[in-house]
Amino acid sequence: MEHRIIDQQLDLLRDKILLLGGATEAAVNRAMQALVERDSELAKKVLDEDKIIDQMELEIDQMSIEILALQQPAAHDLRFVISVAKITPILERIADHASSIADAAIVLNNEPQIKNYVDFPIMAKTAAEMLRSALDAFTSEDSQLSREVIKRDKEIDSSYKRVFNELLEMMIDNPQSTTGAAHLLFVAKHLERIGDYVKDICELNVYLTEAAFIKHSKHS
Amino acid sequence: MQSKISIKDLDFFYGKAQALFDISLEIPEREVVAFIGPSGCGKSTFLRTLNRMNDTIPIASVKGQVIIDGKDIYAPGTDVVALRRKVGMVFQKSNPFPKSIFENVAYGIRINGIHSSKEDLNDRVEKALRDAALWDEVKDRLSMSAFGLSGGQQQRLCIARALAVQPDVILMDEPASALDPIATQKIEELVVELKKNYTIVIVTHNMQQAARVSDRTAFFMLGKLIEYNPTQKMFTNPDEKLTEDYITGRFG
Repeated sequence: MEHRIIDQQLDLLRDKILLLGGATEAAVNRAMQALVERDSELAKKVLDEDKIIDQMELEIDQMSIEILALQQPAAHDLRFVISVAKITPILERIADHASSIADAAIVLNNEPQIKNYVDFPIMAKTAAEMLRSALDAFTSEDSQLSREVIKRDKEIDSSYKRVFNELLEMMIDNPQSTTGAAHLLFVAKHLERIGDYVKDICELNVYLTEAAFIKHSKHS
Repeated sequence: MQSKISIKDLDFFYGKAQALFDISLEIPEREVVAFIGPSGCGKSTFLRTLNRMNDTIPIASVKGQVIIDGKDIYAPGTDVVALRRKVGMVFQKSNPFPKSIFENVAYGIRINGIHSSKEDLNDRVEKALRDAALWDEVKDRLSMSAFGLSGGQQQRLCIARALAVQPDVILMDEPASALDPIATQKIEELVVELKKNYTIVIVTHNMQQAARVSDRTAFFMLGKLIEYNPTQKMFTNPDEKLTEDYITGRFG
């Protein structure tokens, strides 16, 4: 196989999105750690590093546009660039949710602990595993793995319902806990949204690998 | 899909050397079909089998069938002149006759006796020039030499000349490869416009051109048809790895 000019750029683009994926994954893990371990310093670090993630998003956007304009990719090359261009803002939004969790952690860490965070780590662990698998599936172009990850979104959805009801009961039973519980509700919602975004990434993985659109279909 | 042209098990030989191998392909009416492939893959040779242009090569021979409107054009007794009127051709290098703009277009109408009067001849020339998107640029200088036109205009004049004899099918062999991007764009717009009334087969080295103008694309290599699919599929998700390698520039 001959070496093409576009190969070097596609490799660079792949490196960049994997770095972004790694940074996003770290942001989610750290934000949850900051919450569970009541570590406000770590939460601040998540907030600081979000700027780096935003910058990475811009670089990938520019590079994708440049490749489309100058190299006019086709077939798999085209699907790759389109997938990267669509996955990038999803990762950036996941990182924004991580920042919002970090914000909530800073507030909650100044209040007495109102709930044993048992469900949150489970939910966060599921979200983190899904994100990692989605990125692995992207790298290895494994559409089977992508489909399995998509199914796991239901686990997060049911955890969310459970957490939601528990927090609601807590607010009713103990009105003093309302502020803290409300923040926790938001954290749960952020995790639930992250699950949805990971699902979107996996749908794009399937597009990359099989050229099939499974979004808004029964398969997704 | 209503086939205008059906090619069945076509082999083509230059003497003993086989240039096309067992090609079968359906070309639907009023669509644009692009032939792509590396140099020497047989795409131009194949194009020229569709109006028996290869008959002019003494050592050329053909096996198989090319059926246009239900008739095999290689059947004995085929009127080749009538065939070439029905299946017109435009070449890579524009080749106007050393005559006026008007006469270039009128020539085919005259020798085929298509017109009924001088007025009818004028109308037919105007219509052909209009259909080739050239009328507005030349209407005030029809008696001037065709060689005074730009390369792109000369190529559109050749298209007008092909259209004047009322063909059904137009074969184009790299019609824009010698033109600048603006002239190329005009030819491409014209191709898209012409498919409302004609079936068009276009050979091109320019992959983006095939992607822009055609409904279906056929990819040839070493005299074989590797893949034939809707153009949209061909350029986003081809079935064959060879096609993918070619359109993404892995060889060629």
